[in-house]
Amino acid sequence: MRLSMDLELQDIPGQLLIALQPLKDSKANIISVVHHRERKTPRGTIPVRLVVEMDRSKLETVKTQLQESGVSVVRAGEERFIESVSVVLVGHVLDSDLGDTIHRIDSTGFAEVMDLSLTMPGVNEVSSAYLKIRATGKAEIQKALSILRQVGEEKKLLVIEPIEAEAA
Amino acid sequence: MRDIKVSLVGYGVVGHGVVDVLSRKKSMLRDMGLNLLLVSVTDHTGTIQSEDGVDAAKILGERTLQNVATTSMKGKEAVGAIDSDLVIEVTPTNIVHGQPGLGHMEAALSSGKHVVTSNKGPLVVAYSRLKKMAEDNGVMLKFEATVGGTMPLISLVERTLVGNTIYGIRGIFNGTCNYILTRMTEENIPYAHALSEAQDLGYAEADPTYDVEGVDTAGKVVILANSLFDMDIKYNDVDVTGITGVTPEALALARDRGYVIKLIGDVPALTVRPTLVPIESPIAVSGTLNSAAIYTDLSGTITVTGLGAGSIETASAILTDIISIYRTKRIDAIF
Repeated sequence: MRLSMDLELQDIPGQLLIALQPLKDSKANIISVVHHRERKTPRGTIPVRLVVEMDRSKLETVKTQLQESGVSVVRAGEERFIESVSVVLVGHVLDSDLGDTIHRIDSTGFAEVMDLSLTMPGVNEVSSAYLKIRATGKAEIQKALSILRQVGEEKKLLVIEPIEAEAA
Repeated sequence: MRDIKVSLVGYGVVGHGVVDVLSRKKSMLRDMGLNLLLVSVTDHTGTIQSEDGVDAAKILGERTLQNVATTSMKGKEAVGAIDSDLVIEVTPTNIVHGQPGLGHMEAALSSGKHVVTSNKGPLVVAYSRLKKMAEDNGVMLKFEATVGGTMPLISLVERTLVGNTIYGIRGIFNGTCNYILTRMTEENIPYAHALSEAQDLGYAEADPTYDVEGVDTAGKVVILANSLFDMDIKYNDVDVTGITGVTPEALALARDRGYVIKLIGDVPALTVRPTLVPIESPIAVSGTLNSAAIYTDLSGTITVTGLGAGSIETASAILTDIISIYRTKRIDAIF
């Protein structure tokens, strides 16, 4: 699971190494380390944001170890919704239970509908909706799109997906 | 100077364009060392034949060959009986059974004649069989004009990008759909209105099903998949959704977020469907234009765009194919 952590390090040499040790011990795969030296806090500490792939169950151990080494953990948790995608739906979007359509995405836990615009030209006429979906990663975006495709087939909605920038 | 006897089968919009272009380019072709002689033109009413070359001026004013035909031979019979080196096949397309073009092509290839065509049907129905027939008879089958009209795509991939691995091709392959979607976006008009406008301007047929339901685009996807991706697929292998369900409201919602909706054909995904394309994307062309993005390993993404239809434009792609057949040995040979 991809997790992010905001830490504050004391401004003395060797602190970053100390902060990374517990992650190494927990076999975390470090995705990125951003060291905000220019944004020193009023307390004089330096904010660092880490993104790691690790087993969520080890998070508490890592947090305790970090605090014991004098590193303050401001926030640690799941890195959610780093990818997003736009989709347009055409059909009886509202009458085919829009709430359910959204729920099918939201209930996955890895994706959610974050923006929705609906245009209804008239009663009995087809409506069009714009949805922005965000998810925890590229693969999850694809899964969400495939759920939406399935919903589209069930509810006879035209699902207009974005073109992929790269070849599949 | 090399003499090449050419037979033209099909005398509709594209056929007229071919006669016009071959006549206009006669001296240019001679400068290249090619003496192209149009020895016959055949349509559903008969054939006009002349060993010295059919006079373009005499037939270009005729809608059909009814008044100028010198023999009543038609179709396969004419292809088989007339002595020629190359057959240009431009009869109306049918992607269910491929006829009558398929029969014409088989007759030509089996008697050792090169075939150049703009007719998708036979290639959608029987690409691998026709290809094998050409190879067995030591002749060439060229069909640049079947996909994207004058927009260079097949030759671009086969020649210019040779050595690249092609990951995929996505694009707009139907000018009628693109015109309708463009007008719906620009004017906020419903589909039916934009369609009737396209029909008035001659961009859409009286029966637009073939274009607007994505059938034409899917046929092109089949041709690209079989010819450039070594796939062996049929029309039914393509997942097709046309543009009839697209609303002006959907186009407006998309546009507000920086997208246009285009009918996109995708190889090797084998899909044809209305798709959100970023407005700034080079394939998001307007009007009747076609476009294609070619994804490669070495050259990155190459985008081409051009007129996808039209009499002279299609004839231009046919002319390119004809010349390439006779230049092949010098340019492509690996010794």
